[in-house]
Amino acid sequence: MELLGLYYYWIFAALLMIGFYAVIAKLNLIKKLIGLSLFQSAVFLLYITMGKVSDGTAPIFQDGLTDQVFSNPLPQVLILTAIVVGISTTALGLGVVVRIEEEYGTIEENEIREIDRQ
Amino acid sequence: MINLETHLPALQVLVPMLLAPLVILLRPRGLAWAATAAVSLMAFAIAVSLTMGVMGGGLYSYEMGSWPAPYGIALQVDAFSVLVLLVITAASSIALLACKSSLDSEIEATRQPLFYAAWLLVVAGLCGIVVAADAFNIFVFMEISSLASYVLVAGGPDRRALPAVFKYLIMGTIGATFYLIGIGLIYMMTGTLNLADMELRIHEVADQRPILVAAGFITIGLALKAAVFPLHVWLPNAYTYAPNAVTVFLAACATKVALYVLMRFDFVVFQQNLVGHEIQFAAFLMPLAVLAILIGSAVAIFEPNLKRLFAYSSVAQIGYILLGASLVSMMGLTAGIIHIFNHALAKGAIFLAVACLATRLTHLNFKHLAGAARQMPWTMGALVLGGLSLIGVPGTAGFISKWYLVMAALERGPLGVFLILVIIAGSLMALVYIWRIVETAYFQAPGAQVNAQISGEAPLPMLVITWLTALSSLYFGLVPSVPLWLSSAAAESLLGHLR
Repeated sequence: MELLGLYYYWIFAALLMIGFYAVIAKLNLIKKLIGLSLFQSAVFLLYITMGKVSDGTAPIFQDGLTDQVFSNPLPQVLILTAIVVGISTTALGLGVVVRIEEEYGTIEENEIREIDRQ
Repeated sequence: MINLETHLPALQVLVPMLLAPLVILLRPRGLAWAATAAVSLMAFAIAVSLTMGVMGGGLYSYEMGSWPAPYGIALQVDAFSVLVLLVITAASSIALLACKSSLDSEIEATRQPLFYAAWLLVVAGLCGIVVAADAFNIFVFMEISSLASYVLVAGGPDRRALPAVFKYLIMGTIGATFYLIGIGLIYMMTGTLNLADMELRIHEVADQRPILVAAGFITIGLALKAAVFPLHVWLPNAYTYAPNAVTVFLAACATKVALYVLMRFDFVVFQQNLVGHEIQFAAFLMPLAVLAILIGSAVAIFEPNLKRLFAYSSVAQIGYILLGASLVSMMGLTAGIIHIFNHALAKGAIFLAVACLATRLTHLNFKHLAGAARQMPWTMGALVLGGLSLIGVPGTAGFISKWYLVMAALERGPLGVFLILVIIAGSLMALVYIWRIVETAYFQAPGAQVNAQISGEAPLPMLVITWLTALSSLYFGLVPSVPLWLSSAAAESLLGHLR
C-alpha cells in the first residue's frame, strides 16, 4: 500500500518517460517538441508534489490566522521560473521549426536528412 | 562612495545582461558590433580584475540584496571560477574583434542587432553559471546561455544549421531538465539549494536513494551539456554550420562551463558524502573520457570538412579534461583544469584561422584547401601553431596540460600506464589530422577550378588577432605561471572538500 500511496511519483515517472519517448521516437518535429513539453511538465509535477505539506494550505499570510500550516512556497517559485524557461524553449523550438519548414518544405526528420544527404 | 571591487562578481553578470537589450536599439550599421565588442571587453576587464583580486589571496563572496547565505542568493568567485571567467570573456572578445568582416558577410545588417544581443546574453549566462553559488541559479543561467546560443548557431546563412540547432535544442533541454530533476531531489532531501549549505546538510541523508539518483541525473544532465562521449552528437553539426565567429566563441568556452559545474557539484557536494562516490565518479567517467579521446580523434582523421574535423577534435579534448578530473588527484585535477584554459587558446586560434580561410575559400573542405598556403601563408601558419598546441608539442600550452596529465597517470600504477598509452595515442592521432591539413595546404598543387577563388590573405585585423591568439598559446606554454597558479589553487580547493 505504501507504494500506491506514492502515486504522485509514479505519475511523474510515467509522464517523464512518455515525453522522453516522444522526443526520441517521433519523426515529426512538432511532436518532438510536444514530447519535450510533457517531459518538462513531469518535472514541474515533481517539484510541486514535494512542496505540499500534509494539511498545508496556500502559503499566504492572512490577518488573524496564527497557527496555520503552510505548504512550502519555495518549490512553487522554482517551478514558475522553470515554466518560463520551458515556454522560452518551446517558443524558440517552434521558431526553428517554422524556419525549417520554409527552407526544407517538410518537418519530418527522415525527409530532412534525405534532403541534406543530396 | 560605492566600493566597486566588492560588487565585481555581480557586475560580471549584470554588465552584459543589462546592456544586451540596449544593443537591439542600435540600428546604424556597425554600431551594434562596436557596442557588443565594447561590452565584451568591459566584461574581460572585470574578469581580469577579479583574477588579480583572487591571486592576491582573496575569495569573493557576494550576497545579492544583502540577504544572508542559505536564504538569499549568493555569488562566489574563487580561483576555478576566475579561470573560466577569463576563458569566457577572452573568447568572446577575441571572436568579436577578429571576425567583424566574417560576421558582416554571414548575417544580414537588419538582423545584426538581434544577433549581437543574443551574443551578449550568452556571455552573461555563461559568466552567471560560473559565479553562482547555488544550484538553481546555475540552472537558470545555464538555460539563458543555452537558449541564446541556439539563436547564435542558427544565425548564419547555411540552412543545415537549422536541423543542427533543433537537435542541439532538444538535447540541451533534456540535459538541463535532468539537472533540474537532480537538484529537485536534493532539495527534497536536504531543504537547501546553496552549494555550501548542501555540503553540510547532505551528510545526514547521504546514502539514501534519492541522493544517489540525484547524483546520477545531475551527472548525465551536465554530461549532455558538456558533450561527453556518447552524448556528444549535437556538437559536430552545431559547430560546423554555425557562423564562423560563433564557432570560435562556443568552441572555446561553451562546453567547458558545463564541465566546471560538473566538477564543482561532484567535488563540493557529492564526493565526500556518498559512500564510494569517488570510485563511482572515476569508474563512470574515466572510460567515457578514454573513449572520447580515442574515438573523437579517430573520426577527425577521416573527416573531409575542416570545421567538422575540429569539432570532433573538440570532443576528444573534452575527453582530456574529463580524464584529468576523473583521476581525482592534485596533478590530475590541475591537468584537467589547466586544459580548459589551454584548449580554449588552441581551439580559438584554430577556428579563427578557419574563419580567415572562410573569407577567401568557398568551401572548407580538403579539395578547396589544396595549395592554400601559397596564397594565405600567415593564416596557415596560425593554424599550424594552434595545431601544435593541440598535439602537445613542448613549448606550446597543450604540452603543459598533457605533461600534468601524464604525471597524474603515473601515480596510478598499471591503470596509469594504460592511460598514458591513451594520451599518447590521442596526440599521435592529432598529429595525423594536423599533418593531413599541412600536407594539403602546403604540398598539394591547387586544383584548376579552385585557384581563382583565393585572392590574397585574409583581412588584416582578423589576421592580427588570429596570430595574437596563436602566439599567446605559445606564450602560455613557455610561461604558464598564471594559469598554473590558478589551476593548482582550484584543484587544491576542490580536493579540500574531500577531507
